[in-house]
Amino acid sequence: MKCHHCESQATVHLTQIINGQMHKMDLCESCAQEKGVTNPDNLSIGSLLDNQPKIDSSTASMTCESCGTTHQDFKKGGRLGCEACYHVFRPVLEPLLDGMHAGISHLGKIPSRSVEKKTAVESEDALRKALQKAVEEENYEKAAELRDRLKKLQAQSSATA
Amino acid sequence: MFHDLFFSKSKGKVPKPCPIALSTRVRLARNLREFPFPGRAQSGQKKAVLSKCLEALGDVKDLKTSTSVELDELSELDRQILVERHLISLELSQSDESGGVVLSDDRSCSVMVNEEDHLRIQVLTNGLDFDKVWKLADSLDSGIESKLDYAFDQQLGFLTACPTNLGTGMRASVMMHLPGLVMSKNMDKVINAVNHLGIAVRGLFGEGSDASGSIFQISNQQTLGESETAILERLQVTLDNIVHQEKMAREKLLEDDGMRLVDKISRAVGSLKSCYLIQSSEAMDHLSLIRLAADFGFLPEKFRALADRMFIEVQPGHVQLSAGKPIEPGERDQLRAETLRKEFLRMPQLNLDPQVD
Repeated sequence: MKCHHCESQATVHLTQIINGQMHKMDLCESCAQEKGVTNPDNLSIGSLLDNQPKIDSSTASMTCESCGTTHQDFKKGGRLGCEACYHVFRPVLEPLLDGMHAGISHLGKIPSRSVEKKTAVESEDALRKALQKAVEEENYEKAAELRDRLKKLQAQSSATA
Repeated sequence: MFHDLFFSKSKGKVPKPCPIALSTRVRLARNLREFPFPGRAQSGQKKAVLSKCLEALGDVKDLKTSTSVELDELSELDRQILVERHLISLELSQSDESGGVVLSDDRSCSVMVNEEDHLRIQVLTNGLDFDKVWKLADSLDSGIESKLDYAFDQQLGFLTACPTNLGTGMRASVMMHLPGLVMSKNMDKVINAVNHLGIAVRGLFGEGSDASGSIFQISNQQTLGESETAILERLQVTLDNIVHQEKMAREKLLEDDGMRLVDKISRAVGSLKSCYLIQSSEAMDHLSLIRLAADFGFLPEKFRALADRMFIEVQPGHVQLSAGKPIEPGERDQLRAETLRKEFLRMPQLNLDPQVD
């Protein structure tokens, strides 16, 4: 039997049950070692992603600019580096979540600060758009009023941050 | 030494005896939004996270009476003792820099800083009580959140270093004593069955640890896509089922081959009373049988509490704590045996007809 990843003789035979479905994989010693299969405690979800054919090569060069985590790092260690990683790696992460969890949307606790922040950000956005529109329409009186409101909101949010 | 302070405070507090379920724990994984997760953070960033977190935690209502410690200040042995008491994780104990922990004085809450995530909030109680630990963890978390900005996403929930913790960031676990299922060789079946339900079974010290003493840690594997209460309800149903299976296994063992079981228990009593060298895993297996004997009524209730206390005290760190210094394994086996002999010296004969009791 040949290794799933290279042409060598497969000596490690991995059977895993993911989401109630049996997955079998045959690997040679060195590929198994590389993927951490020989030590089941270190077997990461990231490395399992490697046998999902749907990931195309365009994702291979993904890097989080904020913390420097690469797609390769994620595949190897199964860990992300920062909040921004979740935006960068979302396309490769989302297909994994389905098998990993009971669902793909958060249904639990929401931190109260996040709620306040979100509404603040949204209204700031809305105000900015309204301001732009007022300027375009040359409605300077309205624009001035909107500008003042925006300034006030920005001052408030920076004071609470 | 830090552990002196720690030891004197918790000494003498006898935990309430609980058959089958020893303790319940909830832990929440949280991260600060403006810093990379600890695995990616630079030394300076980790330091900043530590001081920011320790400052904020000192202000939290539920942690008003607590001790905060930086891991760097602790000796190897102090760290080991905290791990054996399940107050910090093995991962944090091995952290090279800027790890910290805040422990409430009653030891029910511990908040780890710069573990795999910036914050690991943990609440622990005796017996099986999800309601109590979740309420306290929730309140502790809200208190911390009022001081710190968490990394949170509307769809993915709390953002964690490992995607397996996304969503609620909550891992709820119960430590269970399952000698009936182990002796009847049904434990593998149970592990397989619950794994299908997204529930994990591990040894006493979590991932990778063995199941000496027939003690297992049972926890939810999935954290996203369900609310905290839904996760806990689902786990509770499974645990009730395991308790039921364990009780049936015990009854069957007694019915089918009671004399063998009594013989085993009696030999465990003998070993604990007369050993001169004993390793922790052997001690745990004997203690497990003492606990079982107390559950059957073969021994007075107080021996269950004694077994529970000794489960911790036979661990390598605790043996060295009683020695007052780090000692080699061989010497530890001797000291461990001495302690056990002393503790179990006055153990009565087994009462094999407990109904009359």
